[in-house]
Amino acid sequence: MSTGTPIAETTGLAAPAGAPALIQEPGTLTAFWRRLRARKSAVAGLIIVGLLILMALFAPWIAPYDPTATDWGNVRGAPSLAHPFGGDEVGRDVLSRIIFGARASLGAGLVSVALAVSLGLPLGLLAGYAGGWIDGAISRLTDALLAIPFLILAIALAAFLGPSLVNAMIAIGLSATSTFIRLTRAQVRAVAAEEFVEAARAMGNPPWRIARVHILPNIVPAILVQATLTIAAAIIAEASLSFLGLGQQPPEPSWGAMLNTAKNFMDEAPWMAIWPGLSIFLAVLAFNLFGDGLRDALDPRQRT
Amino acid sequence: MSVQDHPIVSVRDLSKHYPLRSWWGGKASVFRAVEGVSFDIRPGETLGLVGESGSGKSTIGRAVTMLNPPTSGTIAFEGTDLAKLSAGAMRKMRARIQTVFQDPYAALNPRMSAGDYVAEAFKLHRRDMRGPERREAVAALFQRVGLDPRFMGRYPHQFSGGQRQRICIARAIALKPSFIVADEPIAALDVSIQAQVVNLLQDLQDEMGLSYLFISHDLRMVRYLCHRVAVLWRGRIVELAEADALYADPRHPYTRRLLAAVPVPHPAEERARLAARDLSGHDQPPDGPLTEVAPGHWVALPGAGAG
Amino acid sequence: MKKPLLDIRDLAVAFDTDGGAVHAVNGVSYTLNEGETLGIVGESGSGKSVHVLAMLGLIPRPPGRITGGQVLFEGRDLLALKERELRKIRGGAIGFVFQDPMSSLNPGMTVAAQIIEPLRIHLGLDARAARARAKELLDLVRIPNAGGRLDQYPHEFSGGQRQRVMIAIGLSCRPKLLIADEATTALDVTVQAEIVSLVQDLKRELGMAIIWITHDLGVVAGISDTVQVMYAGRILERGPVDDIFSDPRNAYTLGLLRSLPDLSGGRAGRRRLHQIEGAPPDMRHPPPGDPFAPRNAFATPRCRAEMPPLAQAPGAAPGHLVAAWYDLPKLLAAEAAR
Repeated sequence: MSTGTPIAETTGLAAPAGAPALIQEPGTLTAFWRRLRARKSAVAGLIIVGLLILMALFAPWIAPYDPTATDWGNVRGAPSLAHPFGGDEVGRDVLSRIIFGARASLGAGLVSVALAVSLGLPLGLLAGYAGGWIDGAISRLTDALLAIPFLILAIALAAFLGPSLVNAMIAIGLSATSTFIRLTRAQVRAVAAEEFVEAARAMGNPPWRIARVHILPNIVPAILVQATLTIAAAIIAEASLSFLGLGQQPPEPSWGAMLNTAKNFMDEAPWMAIWPGLSIFLAVLAFNLFGDGLRDALDPRQRT
Repeated sequence: MSVQDHPIVSVRDLSKHYPLRSWWGGKASVFRAVEGVSFDIRPGETLGLVGESGSGKSTIGRAVTMLNPPTSGTIAFEGTDLAKLSAGAMRKMRARIQTVFQDPYAALNPRMSAGDYVAEAFKLHRRDMRGPERREAVAALFQRVGLDPRFMGRYPHQFSGGQRQRICIARAIALKPSFIVADEPIAALDVSIQAQVVNLLQDLQDEMGLSYLFISHDLRMVRYLCHRVAVLWRGRIVELAEADALYADPRHPYTRRLLAAVPVPHPAEERARLAARDLSGHDQPPDGPLTEVAPGHWVALPGAGAG
Repeated sequence: MKKPLLDIRDLAVAFDTDGGAVHAVNGVSYTLNEGETLGIVGESGSGKSVHVLAMLGLIPRPPGRITGGQVLFEGRDLLALKERELRKIRGGAIGFVFQDPMSSLNPGMTVAAQIIEPLRIHLGLDARAARARAKELLDLVRIPNAGGRLDQYPHEFSGGQRQRVMIAIGLSCRPKLLIADEATTALDVTVQAEIVSLVQDLKRELGMAIIWITHDLGVVAGISDTVQVMYAGRILERGPVDDIFSDPRNAYTLGLLRSLPDLSGGRAGRRRLHQIEGAPPDMRHPPPGDPFAPRNAFATPRCRAEMPPLAQAPGAAPGHLVAAWYDLPKLLAAEAAR
């Protein structure tokens, strides 16, 4: 797809043999980037998300200290040149723990949402396209799950599976699945009613091909936006679970677990709480801003 | 273009009913969208289906292509009753029966390039074709309908309404069908573009010997394009005749009312027409069985019982 | 010489989109006298709807912008009025009928409530007087059993009846000017015929001026005193209706008239439809000269370079204006001679 390079002969149509010139619309990708760039908040969100991901990926090289290394000389140490974020209750470097903690948070966010989408999308597709009793069964199940608050469900599942980061990810993922089933189903039904789907049937497309080629590409934007926003929710969920002792187990760092210990030392060492709290806030904000911007940029409403 | 004799499409007693249930679950009644419609279309012929909203013309279009299968009746296409085919067999049959839809803005998948959209016809029905061969075929189709093949990779939103309709037509003729249902194909287009598309449809018919079922509410265009015309009222055909005969000598009161309502683009004539309009109440037009009142000219006379 | 009811001077409107500014209206000027019916013909992108919406302050700003011009209604420039003042005129002295009666009527309000609204706002009638007038209006637009139907909701009316209700609302305050924007486009042809008849009768009774915007040359032929042809945000031709149809001087007008099917010879004698090649221009980059030049077989180099002014067509009826550098009758005669 080229980027709006003017096709010659917009005006040379004196005695056209047929082909009128194309409307000078830029390609889909260019238009999308332009709309996204126009929203500063979304760009800011994207940049922060990018930085956080890089931070998580390159943690071993960025962090000044081993996040699990205790240092009895720095117990509840105030921020200093050596330890810019201070020390925690056993003297570990808070900065390094924040950096490594990103792995737990972002990992949990991304993995759990990936799980939710890989379960929710096919089920929603099936419910939306097949209709009938299949739709009935899936929808009632989804309704039941949606009746339980997301966090409560995640906590219950995590407690059931046993405390560990992986189990937390699974729990969060399963809890978020019903949202994606419902969203996919609604999107599929909306798209399936469009005339081009009928045209696809008129061409002799079998149902599975219609679902794959015609419906799926048209629902991806909505799913993508929801996924981004759910990552934000998942980060909070992971932090909550770790705070409750159900997620990342010590000594591996997690922002939520750090908050758990920090609450006992709010007077003497507030930095133990400030940095993890800020990190969670920043990550969630960034994903939300980016998700909102993505939704706006993907909405092809400016031209029919 | 000569029209041969044996019909390529033969519809008999086509009906489409929608059950309506009262909210308390009592006796169900039926909404008869289409009732007892029969017509033939010969090879190379264009049959026009005209009517106002609620006449059932679009329903008939979808029923004939089995996109919305009829409740009862037979649809014989090249001898085969489509209603009796399995889903798989019907899908194969769709290579020979194509549809051009009304809204070129909605009929194209926004996430598929124009070339891919047309190529789908080959992907589904000509598995033997390889990529490069397909691309060549699509390029040739683009040229045939008056689009620059360089635009094959572009997406629908980059084309104008008239161009999009050409893409739809290119796809419809890709597999060299024998019959095309055109459901209001020009209604959504600007007037100056309509002529382009109509000429294209006409040329293709002359070249390929296509038969068309042309569904429209544009009575002027129907008169121009169609060999024969069927007038629909509330799901039934009330008159069916050669176009010239129908417009020159409409026999059914509803047809007369319809034709009298068409604005004429000549100021003096149009003013006279408006002045002469009879706005008295309209009785229920006769909708009984069709009777041949003149050779090839069928009219619904008052039915027994139902007025 | 009476002053015209509406005097539009050089109106220009643009919309800011992601891809650049779209110049939807480019220097439109015309006048409308009291009691005159003006038919405006054009296709999508011609600016026929946008310019009236802009004049009444009904285009969203942003992304719309009025980039120039004046619109004098009874001597006052509508573009210079504050929203509050404009609101007094909208629905009052200027009535509006939109295209789609399904979306222009509020489904949640009874018909009576919607007709009464402008009566109370503009005329200050009390509830009883307003209701009586509402019934009068429904009678006026020939809705049978008006009294009984006042308290019904829009969905209980048919499409044609809803459009009549729209007309009733538009006429409720005895406007000097009624603007109908594609008011019958979405209706069946028999219903359209009834609505057009109704409007003609109402005009005879109430004497208001009408601007009727449509793409249908047949409708325009019957109801207009004056016809105006718009293309790409400009007026290309304007004149008394009979002259425009019998003696078109602009190639676009000619193209529109010619692209209608010629049915005189029956099916046997019919010829290929005359088609206008190409498509309307991209309004983000309007061509410098005559916007129709790229599609005009009669265009001269001057057409492409410079926009011709709208001026009296030589030898045509008085009031027949055309924007063209070429002399169409001469060129047609030459073409016929070949």
